[in-house]
Amino acid sequence: MRDALGVGVAVGLSGFAFGVTSAGSGLALAQTCALSLLVFTGASQFALVGALAGGGSPAAAVAGALLLGARNALYGLRLAGLLRLPGAVRPLAAHWVIDETTAVALAQPGRDAARLGFTVTGVSLFAVWNLSTLLGALGASALGDPAAWGLDAAGPAAFLALLGPMLRGADRGRERAAAALAVPAALVCVPLLPPGAPVLVAVLAAPAVLVVSHLRARRAGERRAGPDAGDPRDSRNSPDSRDSGEEAS
Amino acid sequence: MSVWIAIAVTAAGCYGFKLLGLSVPAAALERPLVRRMAALVPVAALAALVALQAFAHGRSLTVDARAAGLAAAAVALLLRAPFLVVIAVAVAVTAAVRALAG
Repeated sequence: MRDALGVGVAVGLSGFAFGVTSAGSGLALAQTCALSLLVFTGASQFALVGALAGGGSPAAAVAGALLLGARNALYGLRLAGLLRLPGAVRPLAAHWVIDETTAVALAQPGRDAARLGFTVTGVSLFAVWNLSTLLGALGASALGDPAAWGLDAAGPAAFLALLGPMLRGADRGRERAAAALAVPAALVCVPLLPPGAPVLVAVLAAPAVLVVSHLRARRAGERRAGPDAGDPRDSRNSPDSRDSGEEAS
Repeated sequence: MSVWIAIAVTAAGCYGFKLLGLSVPAAALERPLVRRMAALVPVAALAALVALQAFAHGRSLTVDARAAGLAAAAVALLLRAPFLVVIAVAVAVTAAVRALAG
């Protein structure tokens, strides 16, 4: 319970960074606040305002934001089995299905504690995230030129801070390969494609890494010629080993 | 106006993903390939966004004060600094480098 509140408040304060970044990207106060109220999943929000600020087409910006938002479907799936929410509560609870609420809920012993953890994290994070977004956006407009204050570095730093935990750990070889492939793929596309499009190309690193790791696993399996010599890394995809490193929104 | 449309579509889409996960039968999304893809796509997107927002300027690539800020953020991250500290370090270093470079 105290953990849930701590996560909610601490991560919620990051809304300040979003408010500053969004306002610095040229979005109106109402637009910045609408994003935190209605989208409420940090990575997608940063991606959208970053792509819009870069002069990309709105469609490409939306596509990038939705790619990042898709992982919440997976969290929802995990939570559905854990929380067993009644149908009437589901549409409301869905808005809070994000990295942090999932991480807290999954860390609880038992269903009641998980429901409480999910609710407390969701409520506190939603409240603090939106309040700090408002303050950040107001503060940024008072500062004037965001670049003079180094605020244009807030976006990439936020993405890096979200990415870091996903790459940590000995079993994250695929993740590190995907990241290592995505960076040059994106940069090569910058002069060739309109802003917003390079990230969509870079995301193809994900299927590329999966194909390569599948082929390597199959070759290793043939060499050993055992019917059960599949990809040894598959074990990490068991339902309880996935979420430790994915606790940033 | 198109910014508002982008916001509305993103909000609807992101909410749709969240509700989808809570509502569909588990078997549909539990397939290993879907799980792995869902784990890797945000990693690839975030890595690309780090690079793009640090080094892209319109349609050209530049190395400026943001690179120094990003490097400082990486160090802070390796030292397990909290999210807001990582961002604050990046912002402060970028601003300092710009001020020194005139």
